[in-house]
Amino acid sequence: MTGEITGEMTGVSGPLLDVRGLTKRYGPRRACDGVGFTLHPGEVLAVVGESGSGKSTLLGLIAGEIAADAGTVSYRMRDGVTRELAALGAAERRALMRTDWGFVRQDATQGLRMAVSAGGNVGERLMGVGARHYGRIRAEALDWLARVEIDADRVDDPPTRFSGGMRQRLQIARNLVTAPRLVLMDEPTSGLDVSVQARLLDTIRGLVAELGLAVIIVTHDLAVARLLSHRVLVMRGGRVIETGLTDQVLDDPQAAYTQLLVASVLTA
Amino acid sequence: MNPVLAFDDVGKSFTLHLRGGVTLPVIAAASFTVDPGECVVLGGASGAGKSSLLKMAYGNYRCARGAIRVRDGDRVVDVATAEPREILALRRRVVAYVSQFLRVIPRVGARAVVEAAGIEGGLTAEAARTRAADLLARLALPERLWELPPATFSGGEQQRVNIARGLIAERPLLLLDEPTASLDAGNRAAVVELIRERRAAGAAILGIFHDADVREAVATRIVDVAGFRPAAAA
Repeated sequence: MTGEITGEMTGVSGPLLDVRGLTKRYGPRRACDGVGFTLHPGEVLAVVGESGSGKSTLLGLIAGEIAADAGTVSYRMRDGVTRELAALGAAERRALMRTDWGFVRQDATQGLRMAVSAGGNVGERLMGVGARHYGRIRAEALDWLARVEIDADRVDDPPTRFSGGMRQRLQIARNLVTAPRLVLMDEPTSGLDVSVQARLLDTIRGLVAELGLAVIIVTHDLAVARLLSHRVLVMRGGRVIETGLTDQVLDDPQAAYTQLLVASVLTA
Repeated sequence: MNPVLAFDDVGKSFTLHLRGGVTLPVIAAASFTVDPGECVVLGGASGAGKSSLLKMAYGNYRCARGAIRVRDGDRVVDVATAEPREILALRRRVVAYVSQFLRVIPRVGARAVVEAAGIEGGLTAEAARTRAADLLARLALPERLWELPPATFSGGEQQRVNIARGLIAERPLLLLDEPTASLDAGNRAAVVELIRERRAAGAAILGIFHDADVREAVATRIVDVAGFRPAAAA
């Protein structure tokens, strides 16, 4: 795709994230095969596809948790300089992930510290960026718990005592407390009851719009993509087979596989 | 006059991969314009591609051939080739689209749904709040429903919320896909009045209306899509 993006639209020039040719092989299988896209500030990109399509591998590659066999991930840092992530030192990279990026995981036990209180889970990210004043950390944690609709009287409970929906809310608070500009989400609503899912989606939708976050959300649920995203990337067998404006891809799918996906959705 | 919307030799077909790759040609060559203050109504039998033309102008159908030029201030954007970001910017500033069906957002009340569309279209929160109430009242949506999510509303009630969403921010181009389809006579009259007001205020309007009385009341010109049909299907 080509086309100049004017500064007027994004408030800045150039993309926040620029992914090119990302490739990962597991033996003969290509889990991710030459995937590329750009993401601008405030844009929400949904990556859709069935399990095994490579969409979660893609997130892992972008976050640097999986080593790529080929390709680059470049990010415009807070100082305005675009850097290739593979060229960052380990400490610099950790600092980036702890502050300017968030990662909301499908399995909350991987995104939270299960033995630490809810307030501690949120406070830990703040301490990671240098906050030391206990009263202020606690106040900020309480504020974020309220924003994700967790009652203040649960602040000292560990997430082991939380329901699935509450754990996801806590993950969101933990990630957003440092005011990141980019948040990766891996199936954040799957495995939840439908009513819980609707509430969580509404929270995510509201916060993303309010904070102007750039988001990459991996989901197998086209309704989630429709509700939250501006653009969609359809993956199959590690490759991007279709991409575009979300309602265009879902209302007028071009690829055979996308047509099958869209036609397979149950409507209530 | 400078048109707000110009279709230039637009063609569209659907390839149905799930049905053996059969290709359905819908529109062979559509060319027409809509000026400010005009309400162009698409005429022709159902299945003739009227809705497809509206969806292509809004950008949720792709345009395989030709150009669809939308004026945005002193710029012109070709929706057929524009980047997703440019189309989204057009939707914030220029184009409003009212379909027959409201896409429901969980847990958000009717009035808030309308207000959000106003804020997205550039109104202040206060202006959006006042105008949402004004529109819902004019469309006779009972006030007890305003704070409730529209998921449980009747078709006609949802449609009125949808119309209010589409009209709250005064965008220069309105695309109306049968906005009165499931409304009674009283509500139809209210919608007609709103459309005429927007037309008088200089909006360019492209619409589909099955009711002859509504069409008569709002149209400044009819464009018959039969002329755009592929030869084999005409």
